[in-house]
Amino acid sequence: MHLLRIVPDNTKFDFIRFRRFSFPMSALLSLVAITLYFTHGLNFGIDFSGGTLIEVQNKAGPVDIAKMRMTVSGLGLGEVQLQEYGSPDTVLIRVAQQPGGEQAQQQVEVKVRAALGDAVDYRRIDVVGPRVSGEFLHLGIVGIMVAIGAILIYLWFRFEWQFALGAMIANVHDIVLTLGFMSITQIDFDLTSIAALLTILGYSLNDTVVIYDRIREMLRRYKKMPMTDLLNTSINSTLSRSVITHVTVSLALLALLLFGGQAIHSFTATMMFGVVLVGTYTSVFIASPILIYLGVGTGRQNAPDAPEEKEAAAVEPPPPRKAPAVAARVRR
Amino acid sequence: MLYFARWKVVAILATAILVCGFTVPNFFSEQVVKGWPAWSQRRLVLGLDLQGGSQILLEVDLSDVRKQRLDSLRDDVRRTLRDARISFSTPPIVRGNSVEVRLREGPGFPAALAKLRELSQPLGGVLQGNGQRTLEVADAGGGLIRLTPSDAAMTERIRQTVEQSIPIIEKRINELGLVEPTIQRQGSDRILVQVPGLGDPRRLLELLGQTAKLEFRMVDNSVSPQEALQGRAPPDSEVLFETEGGQQVPILVYKQALVEGADLTDAQAGFDQRTSEPIVSFRFNTSGARKFATATQENVGRPFAIVLDNKVISAPVIREPILGGSGQISGNFTVETANNLAILLRAGALPAKLAVIEQRVVGPGLGEDSIRAGVHASIAGAILVVVFMLATYGLFGLFANVAVAINVGMIIGILSFLSATLTLPGIAGIVLTVGIAVDSNVLIYERIREEVRNGRTPISAIDAGFTRALATILDSNITTFIAAAVLFFIGTGPVRGFAVTLGVGILTTLFTAFTLTRLIVATWVRMQRPQTVPI
Repeated sequence: MHLLRIVPDNTKFDFIRFRRFSFPMSALLSLVAITLYFTHGLNFGIDFSGGTLIEVQNKAGPVDIAKMRMTVSGLGLGEVQLQEYGSPDTVLIRVAQQPGGEQAQQQVEVKVRAALGDAVDYRRIDVVGPRVSGEFLHLGIVGIMVAIGAILIYLWFRFEWQFALGAMIANVHDIVLTLGFMSITQIDFDLTSIAALLTILGYSLNDTVVIYDRIREMLRRYKKMPMTDLLNTSINSTLSRSVITHVTVSLALLALLLFGGQAIHSFTATMMFGVVLVGTYTSVFIASPILIYLGVGTGRQNAPDAPEEKEAAAVEPPPPRKAPAVAARVRR
Repeated sequence: MLYFARWKVVAILATAILVCGFTVPNFFSEQVVKGWPAWSQRRLVLGLDLQGGSQILLEVDLSDVRKQRLDSLRDDVRRTLRDARISFSTPPIVRGNSVEVRLREGPGFPAALAKLRELSQPLGGVLQGNGQRTLEVADAGGGLIRLTPSDAAMTERIRQTVEQSIPIIEKRINELGLVEPTIQRQGSDRILVQVPGLGDPRRLLELLGQTAKLEFRMVDNSVSPQEALQGRAPPDSEVLFETEGGQQVPILVYKQALVEGADLTDAQAGFDQRTSEPIVSFRFNTSGARKFATATQENVGRPFAIVLDNKVISAPVIREPILGGSGQISGNFTVETANNLAILLRAGALPAKLAVIEQRVVGPGLGEDSIRAGVHASIAGAILVVVFMLATYGLFGLFANVAVAINVGMIIGILSFLSATLTLPGIAGIVLTVGIAVDSNVLIYERIREEVRNGRTPISAIDAGFTRALATILDSNITTFIAAAVLFFIGTGPVRGFAVTLGVGILTTLFTAFTLTRLIVATWVRMQRPQTVPI
């Protein structure tokens, strides 16, 4: 049987040299993302902004949204948003937080039900009071920081501090870009978005750790290999795995995106962007090359930008790995 | 790496089969499962987002608890001083978070201060006290004494309030005929109420929004309500309002209650036989009946007020002593409000006001759609991943698929055993885990490929591939597990469901990677004695 081979054997892509392109590009994209965050902002869902969310489905076919908007706007509830949700007979009504504390929020549902009556099916009603919404946001931010902190400490113990720092820079890069994506698409930013961000973090790290593991192994085994060669070899030899894993994760996410329904649509869309587009890219093009700047393997022959080093990389192939293989055979 | 002792093979297979076996109760109806041993009955619980229902988060009104505490403290101070015959220059009043009283300075002052200090008790009783006290009693100078409830005492009181509220909430929900509600405390001052299948919680919210403190009090006619409103109310009385034809009518009533709602044994909604208006009839317990009889005997011809949550429902005149221990309340009820009041009186009063701070309602239609979407996404995801793995690794892809199938079985088994709540994001977590679980196989296979390229024999390559890849698998999965753990602690509801499936998925992935996949490959190697590795 002829097996599918996405990445050819023995790739020799110079990822470390490519950092001259990938680092500025990432910096630029991050800058764009931060700018977007401040100009466009995030589309805070009611989890964080408070208010009422009502999903209604018209019992008699497609909804006349303009008419429904007139009806709901006339209730004196302040800012009201209506949008089609998934299908033409379903509408999502969002009402801003009402002045007057926790009790006042309950009136929105009562008034909307009175105005729309039994012509529609009330599929979902979420009411989030001012107190809870503030806590959710606080909890979300704290959660992401705690996660980054805990993972950092773990990496510090398992590797060296440079690796932990490299992974953290990669992490922040992932989160900034994903926030930029959320800002540009104006996807609802709610509790599930925090879940998506944390998952993206976990998977991007998962990927980074696989490469770091290889780098650590190489560092122990080849005491004299120049750092750039070592990093390139590490990334290239794990490249096939990175790609295949990302195809499988993308396939799973694709299934969720296509069939998972509206309720988790923004969640999966964010994950798709974060895990598939950013996560892989980061671990290969950012997290690993950045180790050079953080002083991993400074005891080795070359400084990162020494010109001879690149020629050396081109001329001298990585040493064959016969010796350890023999050793393993003997051990068996 | 490729040799397994016989007992290990047995242990691995037994674990996998047992854990997968926990999924079984999910496939049978609850009636069938009831006959099984208790440990084998556990099943997945569908989250409210899948089965539909209402979730309400209530918070104890701290200011209400504080006000009650300070009011009763003020009364205690007054009673203590009166009983000890200590005169004061200004009567005790509530100011801010304290009660203040100004005593006459002089030789009696230290004794009076000592008397008031006795009001402060060790917190948690004398036996298990930890040095903290219920009150801080401070001498502010000039005869002014300030009594402040300690923070620890307030925290304790809030905890008690939550504890006392839960059974009352439960009764109220049961009175509405709703099935299987779950009511649990959350944090220090919150109560989470979940009612499956309830698509319109308005009536429940109405019932939970009232404390339902019922009191029978005498009306004070010593000054007119208008005068009392201008600040000339006697110290033992207060002005409350009665709603009559949309108008707020002030009525001056004594603070002391004759009888309280706690003395009721039963309340029923009904109709007045003469006017056919909706009414609520009630029955007192023995002590309540005696108190009410005495009070009505002494006050024939005078009005009394029926007060609910500090609002006067009605203020009838006592025509004759009521000795039978039962009576009825009328006062602008509709059938529904009379019904609600009867339910509230039967369930009892809440110790403090509760505010609804979050509410999530999922109708049955959306729940069904979500289940369907979850099932479709799972099937599609599984097919895509299985086909891709077969195409990439052939026979070894099949091994991976078997391992992943067992992995999913184990995830669902563990979730069932934990009686975990399955939510839509939870299903997404399982689908994602399928994508991630194959990663462990990919890591192993790619490593084997590499070792083959480096010139190893097939068996040596497979052995080395496993040894090296497993360390990586452990490292990479622990980082994801940390993210899942954080998510579990900060998340609520559906998000938490996602964290649980993700975390459990990582654990089962580690198990299958370290044991099952290795066992499958080892068995294959032993049977085939391969000359080349087919990947």
